[in-house]
Amino acid sequence: MKYNELKRLAAMGGAASAFLLGSALPTLAQDAAPTLDTGDTAWMLTSTAIVLMMTIPGLALFYGGLVRKKNVLSVLMQCFAACCLLTIIWMVCGYSLAFTEGPYNAYVGGLDKFLLNGMGKESLSGTIPESVFMMFQMTFFIITPALIVGSLVDRMKFSAFLLFMGLWSIVVYAPVCHWVWGGGFLAGDGVLDFAGGTVVHINAGIAGLVACIVLGRRKGYGTDNMAPHNLTLSVIGASLLWVGWFGFNAGSAVGANASAGMAMAVTQIATAAAALAWMFSEWLVHGKPSVLGVISGAVAGLVAITPAAGFVDPKGALVIGVAAGVGCYIMSTGVKKMLGYDDSLDVFGVHGVGGIIGAILTGVFAVESIGGTAGLLEGNFAQVPIQIYGVLATVVWSAVATFVILMLLKLIIGLRVSESSEVEGLDVSLHGESVQ
Amino acid sequence: MKLITAIIKPFKLEEVRTALTDLGLQGMTVTEVKGYGRQKGHTEIYRGAEYAVSFLPKIKMEIVVPTAQVDKALEAIQRAAKTGQIGDGKIFVSPIEHTVRIRTGESDDNAL
Repeated sequence: MKYNELKRLAAMGGAASAFLLGSALPTLAQDAAPTLDTGDTAWMLTSTAIVLMMTIPGLALFYGGLVRKKNVLSVLMQCFAACCLLTIIWMVCGYSLAFTEGPYNAYVGGLDKFLLNGMGKESLSGTIPESVFMMFQMTFFIITPALIVGSLVDRMKFSAFLLFMGLWSIVVYAPVCHWVWGGGFLAGDGVLDFAGGTVVHINAGIAGLVACIVLGRRKGYGTDNMAPHNLTLSVIGASLLWVGWFGFNAGSAVGANASAGMAMAVTQIATAAAALAWMFSEWLVHGKPSVLGVISGAVAGLVAITPAAGFVDPKGALVIGVAAGVGCYIMSTGVKKMLGYDDSLDVFGVHGVGGIIGAILTGVFAVESIGGTAGLLEGNFAQVPIQIYGVLATVVWSAVATFVILMLLKLIIGLRVSESSEVEGLDVSLHGESVQ
Repeated sequence: MKLITAIIKPFKLEEVRTALTDLGLQGMTVTEVKGYGRQKGHTEIYRGAEYAVSFLPKIKMEIVVPTAQVDKALEAIQRAAKTGQIGDGKIFVSPIEHTVRIRTGESDDNAL
């Protein structure tokens, strides 16, 4: 919500200073424009750094530990290279498409800030330098496509992977980000998404599901032993994700303020609740509480609290966490097995499902005195349908666009490595390296 | 001379080594191996996916001893490696024709 206000301000500022197009200081043209706040800026600089840490090394290690040893470097490489590629794309056009006004503003931004044109040293975005806001948002732009890596592992050509990351970030992420945070139609319709339940997690989760279906199962799926090669790496990765997520959620308050504090508190509570919920579910069903279970549950909780972080209180967070832990456990184990798709590292089961649970429950548990909007429990019956509408819009766009991009790439260059490369392992066959 | 090949539980290696050293036996070769006997394997479950792990990690220890010391060595290994639980391992004994110490050229019992 803070975003919406902020971007509305920026948009008004932009309109008022249309005659100054190309000026380094578009938002300062407005009299009421806020001034730089050093506390806010310090927190956002910190948040930006730790959200980057979520992808490298957090997500890279989390995923890297879950694959077989012959593919660990290929996963680290996918995360690291995606980080670099997406940085450049964000600089060239991503930021502009997400956060400027465009001719079709309900759906996508414009190209006014192509190559970050007009972002000077003194440019402000709310109370922080625009450079910091741009960087903070860049780390989201990086982690979202990188999340999809989990459903592509062990079998995708690196060239196809890079093209997919690039195209997906522009065609899917930038518009959806604009819909919710850049002044597009979902924000206008009142969809609540504090830190990226729709934009980041449902978006990546659905893309992961579509991608693993288009790509096909790993060779030997269901018969070969595909057990994680090193859960220690995954525990380190999940823990880095958890810590980094404070930047993600509390940073999404775009300031060092009360909203950030509450976002941090509910993030911690929901995460712990989800981790325990998954652990106990598994203990009950399979007889043993597993390490992979408890860290998967934690990630599911982090995902589910993301849209809700600035809107719910600790009690709401507790319920959201438990729901995410149990829901994602069921989807990532039973349902996946039943339907037979090879969402290798459960991008859909954790991020897609957790995102949907969180987005909808935000409409249930939103507290007016915390985020300015009341939820179902406070008598606002309209919010849950609005949240579902936001979920559906994201699901449809992500699914359709992901499918089209992948089919195009499949036709033009092919998506999968050869069977012999897959058997040999991508580390050696694609990168000429290996972990001994 | 006899070659004693013992398959033992990995955590028993140090006890077995000490027991053999106490007999005055010098030198051994140790390999990390995987295998199964009556113990069979176990299953592992990762997010609901079950994998049968048939081969368990073991230590294969090879030591060549003078024929006169074989019985004592076997007894020492057995005593040190035994837990009484299934999966304690096995010992194989086979004849060795000839031994040479590379550095000095000594042979057979003198080379052990």
